Amino acid sequence: MRDWTLWGLSAAALIVAALGPLLPEWAAYLVTVALARGLVVLGLLILWRTGLVSFGQGLYFAIGGYAVGLLGQYVHVRDAFLLLAYGIAGSVTAAAALGFLIARYREIFFAMLTLAFSMLLYGVLVKTEALGSTDGFAVVSPSFLGHAPGAAAANLWIYWLVCVTAYVSALGIHRYLSSPMGALAVAIRDNEIRVEYLGASVKNAVHVECVLAAALAGAGGAINALAVGHVDPDMAYWTTSGEFVFVTILSGTGSIAAPFAGSIVFELLRTYATQYAPYLWQLVVGSILLLLILFVPNGLWSLVSVRRWRKAFK
Amino acid sequence: MTLLDVAKLNKSFGSVRAADGIDVSVAQHEVVGIIGANGAGKTTFVNLITGYQKPDTGRIAYQGRDITPLPPRAITRLGICRSFQVPQVFLTATVEDNLLIALGLAEHTRPSFWRRLRTAERIGRAGELMERYRLSDYRDRPATQLPQGVRKLLDIAMAVVHRPQLLLLDEPTSGVSLDEKFELMDIVMDALREGGVTVLFIEHDMDIVGRYARRVLAFYDGAILADGTPDAVLSHAMVQQHVLGRGSAHAAAARG
Repeated sequence: MRDWTLWGLSAAALIVAALGPLLPEWAAYLVTVALARGLVVLGLLILWRTGLVSFGQGLYFAIGGYAVGLLGQYVHVRDAFLLLAYGIAGSVTAAAALGFLIARYREIFFAMLTLAFSMLLYGVLVKTEALGSTDGFAVVSPSFLGHAPGAAAANLWIYWLVCVTAYVSALGIHRYLSSPMGALAVAIRDNEIRVEYLGASVKNAVHVECVLAAALAGAGGAINALAVGHVDPDMAYWTTSGEFVFVTILSGTGSIAAPFAGSIVFELLRTYATQYAPYLWQLVVGSILLLLILFVPNGLWSLVSVRRWRKAFK
Repeated sequence: MTLLDVAKLNKSFGSVRAADGIDVSVAQHEVVGIIGANGAGKTTFVNLITGYQKPDTGRIAYQGRDITPLPPRAITRLGICRSFQVPQVFLTATVEDNLLIALGLAEHTRPSFWRRLRTAERIGRAGELMERYRLSDYRDRPATQLPQGVRKLLDIAMAVVHRPQLLLLDEPTSGVSLDEKFELMDIVMDALREGGVTVLFIEHDMDIVGRYARRVLAFYDGAILADGTPDAVLSHAMVQQHVLGRGSAHAAAARG
């Protein structure tokens, strides 16, 4: 079967990027935030395929965001690319260190351990005055390689930044998943003993996956901070991590495009739900989750997957 | 040439002595059958050699090198591979994907992040393996849907991707119907003979042992009770009594 991912993704990225200036401001903002959060979900997809669920991606999302906030505030770094790089570097460093412990655990222990670390960070952020305490702090308006578009026009540049980041990440992860290392995800989920007896280290592979997922979450957090213009401890709170897991289930893990599509659907849902039924958001989320698990357990992407239709008409 | 040299191997699980001072060496190109009742320590012996379990005391040398402290993946890379009594395959993956993953991991110490798993060359090698182990008809079937005998063959095919010098087969014919046993062993032994692989196989069916092994180790209570040609070992009085379960009546008859 030919792999259309490259062409499909390129076309989608071009269309979304071209729509940027045409969309109303609220919609462009929605897409920016959705794609930034889609990056985090893309990281969860790798872990999900390995049979692991992280309930603590908020940790890296927050580290990415706070790296941007802190560097802008205290060191006056304004370049968006530099800030993004620092956000990724921060979350990668954290995951590389924590991975030595986390990669030993599976199933519920993995989930709870990741959650524990994110709550630790939340606790530290809330209690530390220098980090803005419960209020967090504002993020500077970024410049782009020396070009400072000003606060209003910057939004469109951030929109393009997230398009490029999402496109590059999706292609990179697609390539990764087609490699022997990427194939280890399913292999580890199915049979760790065999993986070891094929000469590969399961622990190292899970460690690498944790770092990759953290890099994506850090990038998502950094761009989210630039787009929102503010960071606060809620980024590390467990409900934020839970939302990422929710979007993973909503999207499905069948394709690297799914996290972004699912994330846009989720943000649309949230926008309309808060507008028309402001106090019913949790009820909406709960109902959708219920319906998904009952009727579309492989996520929304399974409804549009080509393979599924091919099979149906064979 | 001595390939494997095991000296004074001991392993206890609580009060059970699973390996009790095992001393044995295996020369290159030997085909050794391992027999013994359940709980005699056969699988423990294989687990110890492949590093899945660590001995309490004793030393395992492979090609003159001490491999006792190494983890399974390092031992695998040195050329000692194994199959399992319960096939250890990737159940949701197809037969071809199982082999591609195995081949992809075998090539480099650190699996590549970037190069593709499905290359024409690797697909070709997977095809050869499927041909040799009669798996071609099942190529696109997920391993969950395979009959037991086929799953056994896949398990063994995945064990040989490293081109092992020494292959340990843990009950290759268990769970396989009587009429398929010899066919399965023929397929496996033909393939291994071509590669010049030294084989140790655990087996309960004495007809299989007699047909394929040139040497037999009889295990009892974690120790080797008898070691020699199949005829010699199978007619050994202690083996008759403790391994083959032909009780004292037989021994009494022998005494006459």
